[in-house]
Amino acid sequence: MNRLAQTALLFLLGATLLHAGTTDLYLRYVKEGLRPLVLLAGVVLIVTAAATLWYDRRGASTHDGGTPVHDHHREPRVSWLLTLPVLALILVAPPALGSYSATHTGTALTKPFGFPALPTGDAPLHLAVVDYAGRAIYDDGRALRDRELKITGFVTLDREGAPYLVRMGLNCCAADAQPVKIALTGNVPPVLRPDTWLEITGTYTPRRTKDPVNDGPIPYLEVTTARPVPTPHDPYDETWNT
Amino acid sequence: MPSRTTGGTGPVAITKTAPQDGAERGDADGGGAEPGDTAPDGREQEEARHLNSPLLLTLLLLTAVMFQDPIRGALAAPVMQSWMTVFVAVMVQALPFLVLGVLLSAAIAVFVPPSFFARALPKHPALAVPVAGAAGAVLPGCECASVPVAGALVRRGVTPAAALAFLLSAPAINPIVLTATAVAFPGNPGMVLARFVASLLVACSMGWLWHRLGRTDWLRPPARASYEGQSKGAAFWGSVRHDVTHAGGFLVVGAMAAATLKAVVPADWLGVAAGHPVLSVLFLAALAVLLSICSEADAFVAASLTQFSLTARLTFLVVGPMIDLKLFAMQAGTFGRAFALRFAPATFALAVVVSALTGTVLL
Repeated sequence: MNRLAQTALLFLLGATLLHAGTTDLYLRYVKEGLRPLVLLAGVVLIVTAAATLWYDRRGASTHDGGTPVHDHHREPRVSWLLTLPVLALILVAPPALGSYSATHTGTALTKPFGFPALPTGDAPLHLAVVDYAGRAIYDDGRALRDRELKITGFVTLDREGAPYLVRMGLNCCAADAQPVKIALTGNVPPVLRPDTWLEITGTYTPRRTKDPVNDGPIPYLEVTTARPVPTPHDPYDETWNT
Repeated sequence: MPSRTTGGTGPVAITKTAPQDGAERGDADGGGAEPGDTAPDGREQEEARHLNSPLLLTLLLLTAVMFQDPIRGALAAPVMQSWMTVFVAVMVQALPFLVLGVLLSAAIAVFVPPSFFARALPKHPALAVPVAGAAGAVLPGCECASVPVAGALVRRGVTPAAALAFLLSAPAINPIVLTATAVAFPGNPGMVLARFVASLLVACSMGWLWHRLGRTDWLRPPARASYEGQSKGAAFWGSVRHDVTHAGGFLVVGAMAAATLKAVVPADWLGVAAGHPVLSVLFLAALAVLLSICSEADAFVAASLTQFSLTARLTFLVVGPMIDLKLFAMQAGTFGRAFALRFAPATFALAVVVSALTGTVLL
């Protein structure tokens, strides 16, 4: 790959990063906090491409014929591989990790540091998946009893077809994403498609099970109603471990 | 675009009319009249004759756009989607750190005179190693940033032993990574200390080992053209361009390997090895190599591997930032394959032994 092609590729790569960083696309792959770095990297790559062209032109006009760089080794052919992430992001833009990874990874529930007081009142209580699971398992659902709960996550079916409500948690990028699962019981909709996002209204139940993958604890949730909702702005839960 | 004709005549004509490209090819091929004397060079010359790379790049991108529907269809299976997501995620996450590392390494290569390192580091290599190792604590980034920086240090005349100690210690003992470790293991503050001690120990030992046994001919001679005769700006951006495309290509190799593992290997294999004390250490060490997780995130993954002992998880944290698939590919690209094939296994073995010992003493 010669200098000109490298320059074009750097520009494309930078533009792709800028595209991902200025839309919500980047949230499918990395945590929100990395956004400034992604944008900065995109800008630097584009500046590099521009600077290369500029110095080439200047070099070509002052010294006669070509730049003074004498690359004695071949320009690396491995650079061609950089077209793959560009194509993957522009053409395919793969979705955030969903039920496939969730069924293949064990629940990553760990004991929370503490249980801050929940808002009281009769209004339905909005909880994150990890919040419900943590309180149900490690606090015996003390603050959850006799409350109407609303929890949002996506549907996953295990090998026997049992339904779970899952949210993937993220520490850095999707390569380290791990699920936290809640098993569903009660008035579960008869037909559930994996990866559908649902807002479940339900109540606490002391019933528990074990994740078949890693024997991690999974609490049950007694479903009253289930409502399909659009995929949230950030498909991953970044509230834990950050 | 007219250049999309599939015949051979268009490309040839364009090759001949691109003066800049012609000049560079001429340099690289040493005249370019003969069809090459060694096999790989010959192939590249052949390519140069028929297709130049900007044109090839255009063709590649346009073909991909033309066939985007079949490509999307082929990638619709859940395994493939999950693979792609992890692959893209590793790239998007690592590229900013790679770019930062490359900027820093270009700055070292262009703006810092070699005499600076001669003054900053102790004369004797055996003393320079621990100093360089401890200096790793100030590079806040993950392992993708440290490879190009270490490469620039070697080119700047820093003794390889010291540069390698820096390469190994920087991703593991910087404040960001240690803070992440403390957050991930709230109940075990000893983990932070153990990670720091074990990583620094391995880094320095590898530096000393290289000083005793290493041979310079294993290291690829500084492949880069010297930037003398160029303005500093041209040299700086030339170095950035070269390093991003070069190290970035190897990053893609590593990201593909890591995505394959994450998408294909079932997680229930984890449970099998967890029970046995020795096996669990080796298993998590191998897992750290294969998963290639960024050193800023690996502590959280280690924290979730609750079936394993603390010593086994310490091994995961010490081995991961020093050697994994992605790093191996990048090291092979920067320092040469002969180097990486010797350095990587030695680092792995030493890291496993040191972290097992540190874990037994401290945890």
